[in-house]
Amino acid sequence: MTPAANSRIRLQLARDGFALAVDLALPATGITVLFGPSGSGKTTLLRCVAGLERACKGLVRIAADVWQDDAQHVFLPTWQRPLGYVFQEASLFDHLTAGENIRYGLKRAGSHAAGRALDSAIRLLGVERLQTRLPAQLSGGERQRVAIARALATQPRLLLLDEPLAALDHARKQEILPWLERMRDGLRMPMLYVTHSADELARLADHLVVLDGGSVKAQGPAADALAAIDNPLLVGDDVGALLTGQVAERDARWHLARVAFDGGSFWLRDSGLPIGHAVRLRVLARDVSIATGEPHGTSIQNCMPCSIESSAPDAHPSQVLLRVRVGASMLLARITCRSFDSLQLRPGKSVWLQVKSVALLQ
Amino acid sequence: MFSGAAAQAIWLTAELATLTTIALLLIATPMAWWLSRTDSRWRAPVNALVTLPLVLPPSVLGFYLLVAMGPDGPLGRLTLALGWGTLSFTFAGLLVGSIIFSLPFAVQPIQHAFEAIGRRPMEVAATLRARPLDAFFSVALPLARPGLVTAAILSFAHTVGEFGVVLMIGGNIPGSTRVVSTLIYGHVEAMEYAQAHWLAGGMVLLSFLVLLALALMKRRLGRVMP
Repeated sequence: MTPAANSRIRLQLARDGFALAVDLALPATGITVLFGPSGSGKTTLLRCVAGLERACKGLVRIAADVWQDDAQHVFLPTWQRPLGYVFQEASLFDHLTAGENIRYGLKRAGSHAAGRALDSAIRLLGVERLQTRLPAQLSGGERQRVAIARALATQPRLLLLDEPLAALDHARKQEILPWLERMRDGLRMPMLYVTHSADELARLADHLVVLDGGSVKAQGPAADALAAIDNPLLVGDDVGALLTGQVAERDARWHLARVAFDGGSFWLRDSGLPIGHAVRLRVLARDVSIATGEPHGTSIQNCMPCSIESSAPDAHPSQVLLRVRVGASMLLARITCRSFDSLQLRPGKSVWLQVKSVALLQ
Repeated sequence: MFSGAAAQAIWLTAELATLTTIALLLIATPMAWWLSRTDSRWRAPVNALVTLPLVLPPSVLGFYLLVAMGPDGPLGRLTLALGWGTLSFTFAGLLVGSIIFSLPFAVQPIQHAFEAIGRRPMEVAATLRARPLDAFFSVALPLARPGLVTAAILSFAHTVGEFGVVLMIGGNIPGSTRVVSTLIYGHVEAMEYAQAHWLAGGMVLLSFLVLLALALMKRRLGRVMP
């Protein structure tokens, strides 16, 4: 499932009151989300990879290219690193039009960046009609899309995105997320994506690196990390499992679609996606309940047999988190301790789960 | 309307102000860039030194420049060794004096413009493969344009208006160092109030127009570049 790691980032930085020490293996494609609270060193790590922090020591190797290796006294300045960087604020050049902004890097990236990259970046981000406008005449969301297209036009080997949606309101975020999903699925390029939003993590991450206090707390495939309950990454209502699947069947009469995943399938609202389309599903633990026998006379559409893998206390003493297995997939369920006790649930026990709601992420 | 002497003085003033402005833009831009970016401990002393002509009486500045340019002064020895003679009481000496006298008027607006841009645009340019010098010319300078325009206008106007430094190091030699401000002084001393009126009135009008142009330009540039 996870492509072989082919890039290595091993960096240390000590600054008054803060120390960064990380060792990451990046897959060749897909989005690696750097997740963690404010001040955990996510942005600093990104700046180090880009060569914007001179004080950072270690090794940065992207595929076969060494960008920094202090053991060999190698340090390429930022402008010699074939990367794309999207900052939190769009940071467009105010004196250039959107089109001139997008072409700024293209002109300088040399022969290996062809005009085709420009056209596809412009098309991928849907900024064709914005090109003659000045940054001041664009909305926040449009500015950020132009900034992403500008970074892509140079055909980078690595795309760094530093909370590209954090400065936008909810509506603008929803406007840009689909573009980012298209990039993830359409570009053969690794991306490092900094965020502290659970929503962006669930929608975008293939691979996950959890940072806290300047060091790596966990790294691995996003679905595995989200299904851990011993030390849950997300808390409260954000606790939930991530599944990948594809549209298997559409029911025109009831406007429902069946999405198959590894081990079962869910009926969801039909959002018009064609059969065979790959989707991500997010199933929140609060929306999953447990029954000891097959539920009858229930309005819930998605009931399936499963087995309990493990349990862990939840944040509130009245509740418990369960990890349940459906075929090869893991789901999380949050129930009360009283139910857990009265139903005599325990690891290994076969039960039924009922899923009240499933979010289709794409 | 103007006598031959007046026309000569006006021409000389325009020449001096134009050359001073060009020289100042070339000198002040790298200086302002360094001041806006450096963490060096020399930043504060250099900043103070550059600002000094703003607070010093022109006569003090002129006096030291005169001494420095004299045959025994450091500048004078240098120019003598180079075979240029001494600079005092020449147009070249006047130019050097004007450049130093107006330095803060050129450095400060450009420095403030560079500081307002911040580091981000240069970082963005670097992530888009621009070499530092390329990024300076393609990003920093265009973004600092309002500061450069202000610096040029202030340098020009301030040079036109200088008097003390000119009198100290230039004397009042027609065709060589007699500019409008010193000519007015001469007219007043000779009780030629009519001529003095024409020139002085012209200076008031010119200064007003310069400041008006500056204000209008800032409003227009401010709209394009927030």
